[in-house]
Formats: sequence, structure tokens, C-alpha cells
Amino acid sequence: MSPTPKPPVKTGWSIGIVTPRIGLNIAVIATLAVVPAYAALTGNAFALTLFTRVVILAIAALSLNLIMGFGGMVSFGHAAYLGIGGYAVGILAKEGVGSGFVQWPIAIGAAALYALVVGALSLRTRGVYFIMITLAFAQMIYYVAIGLDRYGGDDGLTIYHRSGFGGLIDLGNRTVFYYLCFGLLLVGIYLVWRIVNSRFGMVIQGARSNERRMRAIGFPTFRYRLVCFVIAGAMCGLAGALLANHTDFISPAMMHWTRSGDLIVMVVLGGMQAMFGPLIGTLTFLVLEEGLSRLTEYSNLILGPLLLVVAISIHGGIDGLIMGRRGG
Amino acid sequence: MADVLLEIDGLTKRFGGVVAADGISLMLPAGELHAIIGPNGAGKSTLIGQLTGEVTPDGGRICFDRQDITNVPVYRRSQLGLARSFQVTTLFPDFTALDNVVLSVQAHSGHSFRFWRDARSEITLSEPARAALARVGLAERAATLVADLSHGERRQLEIAMALAGRPRMLLLDEPMAGMGPEESIRLVEMLRALKGAITVMLIEHDIDAVFALADRISVLVYGRIIATGDPAAIRSDPAVREAYLGEGAADG
Repeated sequence: MSPTPKPPVKTGWSIGIVTPRIGLNIAVIATLAVVPAYAALTGNAFALTLFTRVVILAIAALSLNLIMGFGGMVSFGHAAYLGIGGYAVGILAKEGVGSGFVQWPIAIGAAALYALVVGALSLRTRGVYFIMITLAFAQMIYYVAIGLDRYGGDDGLTIYHRSGFGGLIDLGNRTVFYYLCFGLLLVGIYLVWRIVNSRFGMVIQGARSNERRMRAIGFPTFRYRLVCFVIAGAMCGLAGALLANHTDFISPAMMHWTRSGDLIVMVVLGGMQAMFGPLIGTLTFLVLEEGLSRLTEYSNLILGPLLLVVAISIHGGIDGLIMGRRGG
Repeated sequence: MADVLLEIDGLTKRFGGVVAADGISLMLPAGELHAIIGPNGAGKSTLIGQLTGEVTPDGGRICFDRQDITNVPVYRRSQLGLARSFQVTTLFPDFTALDNVVLSVQAHSGHSFRFWRDARSEITLSEPARAALARVGLAERAATLVADLSHGERRQLEIAMALAGRPRMLLLDEPMAGMGPEESIRLVEMLRALKGAITVMLIEHDIDAVFALADRISVLVYGRIIATGDPAAIRSDPAVREAYLGEGAADG
């Protein structure tokens, strides 16, 4: 409804309205929407399990894309938020607090608080140092989890009851749970889209593009980047709470550094700065991983180099591929 | 005499054994276009750095509008109305020309913890930004990515960004560097149009431009100001001729 005569051509850093991308996005959404029906019709319960995992990890990748893709903050410790969110649910469940109304806010809050601490320290550094500090913090959390003997230590902890929502939603119903995760993912994508195009998002992207210049024109960039980091952490904490409910289990493996690496690969594979990139990347990654592991026990020998080729040859991931942006 | 907008008092900076600023004192009345000239390595960049806050002085004081800003951070100085352009263009290459200026407007219109509304649909941001682009003659290039702008256009955009924040003072760090003769002439005209409305400190190698534009000129050599005065006085100052202009004078 804006009276601007001609809206600026949305190129580069905004979400272009272009057909192949929208087509792919709609296809992915439609596919995900019918997964439970497909699983029920074919009796393939595993499909539902796999795609629930896709949707949950896509939320984690989405949050990583917010800071890494749009904000230029390459966090190599993003799995820590998954772990913190998951452990919040697991620990509370073990201590007899089964309500999701308590568990989930605590999961989100704990992840946000952790992000605040890590961000406050790491965002003063750049490049490799930033990567190493985020990794170091994640490793610290990983070893803390191993040390939690009461909560299973290295072996992890089984969650006997999924988060309860007072009869409102039954997470025990796998279809309901799937649609809840799927819905949260869509809400998350919408939120990120709003954030990225807001004034706040302009600042975040400006700081990615040229932080020195941002300060020179009057932006205290640190506090904006920190808030962005916390938002991403909170979002990933929620993904962790979902993941713990999905697997009915928590263990330090949730936040192993290779998981952080996987999340980065998912984001890069799907296309950084693309709204649906994290989802498409996660989907591709997990389906490939699953498919290859059925074909051969050496699946990682194929998957690794394959992803490397994609990362090197296609600028902008799958999104870049369909949008015709080639590496160079 | 008009109100003093910028007052520099005994500014000193050493880098190891090199004295880049050796007790620089300078007063700029509001509305003046003051040029700083000097040979390479005279400390011009250090002076700009100290004024913008990127370089911390070892000693001395900087007052802007009677407020001591010596220890005020970079972003805050910009918000106070002290804008700069960069010698080497440092824009947002993956943004459009308009978005670059929009950011500059946004920086001076309250905090940016606004998470919901589409910033590009905000007239309060885009209109001043378009006006600033028009002022430097880039209105037609608003939707072009910075990466696709010519060198001269980027220099113009630098100034549009500085203007967009409605600054009270502009620090222009060699705005004509690398410009063709025609582009330089256009820029000189633009700066002439700004004269009086905005206080400008112009650091520039193009001596012709400096003498054509400046109300007063200061000559910086080895971190010291050896002379300050109007163009005629500077042109005839024997110390300046010896230290900087050389026998031929007025030759960049």
C-alpha cells in the first residue's frame, strides 16, 4: 500500500520474486505437507520419522542462516543450542516437570542466555577467531553434558514422557507432532523473513557487508549483532526441545561438533541468504545421507566429496543453482 | 565570527617513533569549508581517523559543538552530526545504491531495534535517501548494485551517504581520488553548492579543487600545521611553498 512510485528492484540481498525459486519452495512445502498421509497410506512409518527430523533440523539451520547467511557470523558451535534446548526438556522431565509450557520456555530461555554470553565474548572477534570461540564454547557445553552423571553422562538419558500441553496438543501422536514441528518451521521462516527485511535486518546485513562503514554512519553494530545472535540461539533452543521430544532421548552427541558442522553444510548447501535455503539444504542433506547409507556402508565417503563439490562449484547452494548463479 | 563548530586542541598521536600528529590545533567556524593539504605521510589520514574516532589520540582534545568528543565512540560521533566519506570507497557492495543511502538515513532516525516492518517500504527512510542521491546526481542509479557502479559514481554515493544523515559537518577524505577530470568538475560544483550550509573539512590532493573551494586552508607537514589562512595567503606563504607546493606552486 505504499505510495512510493516505483519499488526498488529487489536484487542481491533481498528475496527476489522469481519463478524457479518459488516453484521449488512450493514443491518442498507441498511435499512436506503430505508426508504423514504418505506414511499412513504406505505404512512407511520411517518416512514420518525421517521427515520430522528434517523439519526440526531445518529450524536449527534456519536460525544458523539468520546469523551466518544474513549476519555473516559463522558460528561453529550451533549444535550447542540444540543440546541446551534438548537437555532443558530432558532434565526437567527427569525431575518431574513434564509440562511443555514450562519446559519449552526454559529451553528457549536457556539457549538465549547461553547465546548472550557466547555472543558477548565472541562478537568482539572476527573471522577464524570467532569460529574458534564459538566452537570452544560448544565443546565446553558438550563436556559439561558428559559430566552430568545424574542425567546419563556419556550414555544420555531416555525421556519417558514427551512434553505435555494439558491435553491441548498430544505430542505422543506422531502425526500431530510432525505438523507441530512443520508449523513452527513455517512460522520461523516467516519470522526470519520479517526480521531480515526490517530495519533491524538492514543493520545486520549492513554489518555483514561492511561493519566499519556501519559504525562510521552511526550504528553501534555490536549490540545489534548480539541481539541477532540471541534470537538465533533462542530459535535453535526450540529446535533442541523438539528434537529431544522427537527422539525421546538426549545425549551429548546432540551437540557434538560434527553436528555443528552438519548444520553449516546444510545452510551452505541450501543457499545462504535464501529464505527456504536452510530447509532445502537440510532436506537434501538428510535424504542423501539416508539414501546413501542404504546403498553402501561407506556413505560418508560419497556424501562428503559430493557436498564439497556442491560447495565449491555452486555459488549460493541449491538456491543459487536454480537461480542460475554459478561459482567463479 | 560565526560559532565555532569544531575545535581541535593540541592533538597528538605517535605510531612507534613516527609522530603523526604533533600538537595539532585548529578551529572551524560553522559553515566554513576548510581544506587540509600536505604531502604524503603528513598525517592527514591520522587526523581524519582521530576526528572520526577510529584512531585514539595520545593527547589533546577534540570538541564538536562545545562538547568534548575525544573519547566518544565512532557511531556516536556520527549521530552527533559528524559525517565522513572514505578515501578508499567503502560502501556496501552487495546493496543497491539506494539501500546504501537508506542505511545512512536509518542510522540517524532513532534506534533500529525494529523487527517487523519492511524497511524498504518506509517512506521516512527512502525519501530522504532518494533526495540525497538526487543531490549528487545519482537519482537514476538508485536501483543499481554498488558493485555495478563506476568508480566516480561510487565516490558520489560516498558523499550522498554522508549527506543523508543530515550532518552538521562533513569530513571528506580525498573525495576526488581516482576521478576523471569531468567527474572532478561535477564534484567541485556539488561541493560549492553545499558551501555555507554544511561545515566541511576537505582533505584533498587536487590542489586546483582546494584553491577553488576552500574558505581557509591548513597545511599539514610531519604532523604539524605549518600554516593556516585563506587561499591567497597560503599560496604566497614562503614556508608552504618550500615545504609543499614547490617552486611551480598550484600544481597537484
